[in-house]
Amino acid sequence: MIVRKTHRVIIQGITGKQGTFWTERMQEYGTQIVGGVNPKKAGTVHCGVPVHASAVEAAKQDGGVDVSVLFIPPLGVKAAALDAIGAGAKGVVILTEHVPVQDVMYVMAAAKERGTKIIGPNTAGGVTPGECFTGFMPAFNQRIFKPGNIGVISRSGSLGTLMCLNLVQAGFGISAFVGIGGDPIIGTTTRDALEALDAFENTDAVVIVGEIGGAMEEDAAEYAATMSKPMAAFIAGGAAPEGKKMGHAGAIVMGDKGTYQSKRTALEGAGVTVLDTPSHVGAVIKEKMAA
Amino acid sequence: MNFEEHAGKPLLKAAGIPVPDGGVAETAADAAAIAGRIGKCVVKAQVPTGKRGKAGGIKLASDADEAGRHADAILGMTIGTHVVGKVLVEAQTPFTKEFYAAVLNDPVTKGPKVLFSHLGGMDVEEAAEQDPDAMKSLAVDVRTGVDADALADLVAHMGDLAPVLADLLAKLYRAYADNDAELLEINPLAVAEAGGLIALDCKFVLDDSAIKRREDLAAKGTPDKLTGLEARGQELDLKYIELDGDVGVLANGAGLTMTTMDVVRHHGGTPANFLEIGGEAYTKGTDALRLVLENPNVKSLVINFCGAFARTDVMTDGILTAWEELKPDLPTFWSVHGTGDEEAVQMLKDRLGVTPLPTMDDACKAAVEAAKNMEAAQ
Repeated sequence: MIVRKTHRVIIQGITGKQGTFWTERMQEYGTQIVGGVNPKKAGTVHCGVPVHASAVEAAKQDGGVDVSVLFIPPLGVKAAALDAIGAGAKGVVILTEHVPVQDVMYVMAAAKERGTKIIGPNTAGGVTPGECFTGFMPAFNQRIFKPGNIGVISRSGSLGTLMCLNLVQAGFGISAFVGIGGDPIIGTTTRDALEALDAFENTDAVVIVGEIGGAMEEDAAEYAATMSKPMAAFIAGGAAPEGKKMGHAGAIVMGDKGTYQSKRTALEGAGVTVLDTPSHVGAVIKEKMAA
Repeated sequence: MNFEEHAGKPLLKAAGIPVPDGGVAETAADAAAIAGRIGKCVVKAQVPTGKRGKAGGIKLASDADEAGRHADAILGMTIGTHVVGKVLVEAQTPFTKEFYAAVLNDPVTKGPKVLFSHLGGMDVEEAAEQDPDAMKSLAVDVRTGVDADALADLVAHMGDLAPVLADLLAKLYRAYADNDAELLEINPLAVAEAGGLIALDCKFVLDDSAIKRREDLAAKGTPDKLTGLEARGQELDLKYIELDGDVGVLANGAGLTMTTMDVVRHHGGTPANFLEIGGEAYTKGTDALRLVLENPNVKSLVINFCGAFARTDVMTDGILTAWEELKPDLPTFWSVHGTGDEEAVQMLKDRLGVTPLPTMDDACKAAVEAAKNMEAAQ
């Protein structure tokens, strides 16, 4: 899902160092933060919003929660995410890296049952330029997240940020940045994000930033083939050796599975231009939008 | 984290799945002693990789002497990239049929998946070629665990064996769930001549993200084989992978670091390493620069930051601290954007007299050229 400024957002783990720092940044930017969660500090006020014992409590007292953002250590994520799902959140953003996969799968099953969208784990979050952001993205940097009409999907926060920068340098702006995360099992896949951006207002073209490993880009290519919006993609990891996890748990080539070439072929077959380097994105999008 | 067969099988045994009697030996004499106890046996190289049989790492022995001779030949052998340091000596199990069974984490259903095939004893791709419909799979809700009726349906085509297979798969699922497995596989799962099912091999992969709550178990696994520099990286809690090129790469975030390698290659160079200092590691610039410089093959360096969570000024300050101490004589090219970039650029100007290049392509290209010039000059 794409988070909007009308969404009521809570921060689980709001009182920690990173929770505090990024809550302040999100508030400055325009994210509507209505509360936080820390069972040990329930009843206090932090970053100008009430701290609750749980997301369920926060949902009661704030008159509903649309989105929860988790600044929670790996082994606490399962309980916190289930709390957010129980609170009726429509979206749960899990930033944490190294969450045990069985915990992730548990959360996914509970979310599916309730119709909750999970974003992440291991994502830097999302940005809706000019409106709001969730997570730890440099949304406030106008040279990177200038509002505009290009949607960007990325498994990587840093590389996705660079892609947005390149687009803005080329004279474009960003309608929404969806950071989906670098884990092998994630709630919002490349295809899910592509469908969301296809339907999103003011989005006239889409850039997919993928990586080696898994089959999400191949799956997204099936949907891309049905789209009329111009699309470009970059797949990181073409120079990576086989059998090594390249920093992200999901970025690994095993034999002929998850290879750069498989993704490139699938995307090109769907009419998506695959870039040799992120620096080409502006020129390619310009050309495809003019066509 | 991968586990060798002898370290995985106890998990099956604990779940009530029969495995052959046997023991682990690191010397030929110990292997012979185990064989002396169990009789006709099979001597199996213990390495975390497949294709051991084809490599000559699995041999049948009819007595202790023969087992000792086989162990002597297998110990020290290289299979794939692994040198054999242990053998598993197990009782020979005459069997009539071989199957395949596994439970794994499935990114498509985002839950566990139970797999069963009546074609066992070969690799999965080979079996798929022989009969594409042979592999049966069952998606499981991890919250409730595997359903007995669904398992019965999964193996219903197996006739008389269906009830025992369903029971075995339930036990396999339990072992998978209890041990935070990423993959737990039995191939082959045999029907013993003497009756009953028995696991003749075991592949267990522990979810790396679960190691912190499975420390006792993880101690029995096989850590990834690391080069000296990679081991140093691990000590420093930095993600460092040694590669065979000569352009050093230092960036933040997995995606950006991979991309920096890709762009180095795109411009005709070869990356010397993967090293990322994003996320929680973004304060480790000093250690990171030291690590890159320790690789003697590095002829030039590209430092590529695009800050989100990781502040570029903090990372740059870390690098400069090491730089001022080490004063390396290495052509280095910077590209710095994102959170804290104005401060970082100013810092580079003040402390190093350097201005970052406008794009990562410029930095990568310059580093590739510098490495080539260094090579030519040598």
